[in-house]
Amino acid sequence: MSDTRIVQIFILPTVILLICMNIFPLIYSLFLSFTRFSVISDAPPEWVGLANYQAILTDPRFWNNFAITGRYALVSVALQTIIGFGLAMLLRTKFKGSGILTTLILVPMMLSPIVVAVFWKLIFNPSAGIFNYLLGFTNINTSPEWLGQTDLALWAVVIVDVWMWSPFVMLLALAGLSAIPDYLYEAAAIDRASAWFQFRRITLPQVMPLLLIAVLFRTIEAFKQFDLVMGLTGGGPGDATETVSIRLYKLAFQGQYDTGMSSALAYVILVIIIAVSNLYIRQLNKARG
Amino acid sequence: MATINLRQVEKKFGSSYAVKPLDLTIKDGEFVTLLGPSGCGKTTTLRMISGLEAVTSGQILFDGQEVTWNHPSQRNIAFVFQFFALYGHLTVRENIAFPLQAEGASRDEIKRRVLEVAQMLRIEHMLDKRPGSLSGGDQQRVALARALVRRPAAFLMDEPLGALDAEFREGMRAEIKRLHISQNATTVYVTHDQVEAMAMSDRIVVMSNAEVQQADTPTEIYHNPANLFTANFIGSPGMNLIAGEYRDGQVQVPGGAIPVDDGWRQVLANGLDGDGKVIVGFRPEAAEVQPTGALAGSVYASDLHGGYSMLHVEIAPAQIIHARVERRVSFAIGDNLRLGIQPDMVRFFHPRTEKAFAKEERRS
Repeated sequence: MSDTRIVQIFILPTVILLICMNIFPLIYSLFLSFTRFSVISDAPPEWVGLANYQAILTDPRFWNNFAITGRYALVSVALQTIIGFGLAMLLRTKFKGSGILTTLILVPMMLSPIVVAVFWKLIFNPSAGIFNYLLGFTNINTSPEWLGQTDLALWAVVIVDVWMWSPFVMLLALAGLSAIPDYLYEAAAIDRASAWFQFRRITLPQVMPLLLIAVLFRTIEAFKQFDLVMGLTGGGPGDATETVSIRLYKLAFQGQYDTGMSSALAYVILVIIIAVSNLYIRQLNKARG
Repeated sequence: MATINLRQVEKKFGSSYAVKPLDLTIKDGEFVTLLGPSGCGKTTTLRMISGLEAVTSGQILFDGQEVTWNHPSQRNIAFVFQFFALYGHLTVRENIAFPLQAEGASRDEIKRRVLEVAQMLRIEHMLDKRPGSLSGGDQQRVALARALVRRPAAFLMDEPLGALDAEFREGMRAEIKRLHISQNATTVYVTHDQVEAMAMSDRIVVMSNAEVQQADTPTEIYHNPANLFTANFIGSPGMNLIAGEYRDGQVQVPGGAIPVDDGWRQVLANGLDGDGKVIVGFRPEAAEVQPTGALAGSVYASDLHGGYSMLHVEIAPAQIIHARVERRVSFAIGDNLRLGIQPDMVRFFHPRTEKAFAKEERRS
């Protein structure tokens, strides 16, 4: 047996697994997105052409789902970037205990989203939770109900997401900051650059590639956001926190099990994520020069 | 341009000295080189002058103004780093413009002055490139341009040629020297390369073990080293140093006796310890092969250096002296010969203090 043949045999199991688990479902779901089909019914898929896509793009409820997801992603990622980068700037110079502090800050990131959702529900609890107490609301009758009010629920999810994932941005930003050589700051000091000028002309551009990677990861994650929202609000109250992935879940696995429609929605989400990622990657390449 | 004064400047890391208390005046427009082996404190001294390193004690003055505790940005200096320290994410143009932008110069002014220094350093065709794509020599030109563009009071250079390939080094050496002359800028230059120091400097400050060994013109340093360290460190190879004994107007050394000039006899008689032990030093070019020379030895090795030959002569077991001879002269290994030494080029050092003896009429 030739070497290449042996190589092929070793690769084969992975390739078969990949085809069964990834490639086949991908293509099959693309096909299903053009059909009316439900996995729980006996009826075979019925070809309907672009009808599912048309329905998604004309239904205001879907548009509302996208708007919520977009707003959530934008605010959440923006806050994570600012807070994460800020933390990184603070932890950049080593001090006594900075190692332990950094590790502690990273803890939220390591928890399971469902666990996080469960205990934040307790924290947000209007009568027993500590959140309102810390904010200074002591009267249960007037204190805000974070997960129960339509105008606050999305913010509540944002707060938890920011709490959980700012450390991730911090971690990447710290890696970027520590890679900036000291001599650049020495040269800048000689060149009489002010602290702000140094930040703008050296720190920011040097750390930008890694910061963009962090933002890219967080944006994709935010678009896919499911477990945290599911655990905290389940999409409610009403549809105040119904992100596209929650909607997708409801469509695919609740009520009618509308597999055709949900496949179409999944593809729409995929296209949006690819488009957004491409914008970031273009920026990333620009930042790298 | 500025006069720089160091008064009892010292730097300690913990309890050990990086630079022992040091006094030095660098005159307006002077090119001063801090020369020494690695770890001798020369770079620390330069960084203290720049303000990148804080002094442990002492004073630094620029034009009589105390700047000891001023930030580098308040000293009006330029610093050229060994590894260029260019801003990799900026183009050459932006790199050179950086100090001007930092002080808020107008767009037109920046454009004009960047072009001006770029032309002076012949890098105007690479203004839009990134430093990473340039050769070491060109990167250092960009770094020089960035230093020049602000017209600082003093240039501080930390081994600017150290990271360059040998072929670029001599060319850049001449360029820096020319720039110094055309700008008449006070320059403090750090190097461990004594050839560089000899070729470029108005004055050399030889440092070793955190201390100044000698500060003088290149000629003085070469011909009248103040101590054994300088004698040995300057020149390649350094000065021949032979331990001997002064007796009856000559120094007895292995391989013979070196006669002592009248001018030196009194100096040695007064300065030496009772046992007459002395170290004789002379440069390789002071030795000549002569049938009646003072020193006898056998050829240990001989290497041709193009323009001349270097003879290594063993005058006693494991004691080798170097003689620079005409290139056509060649000897086989093991040949016996005698070396004569030009009397006016012989120097004497005290074996205990390691300091050179000075003749009365010579400035000390």
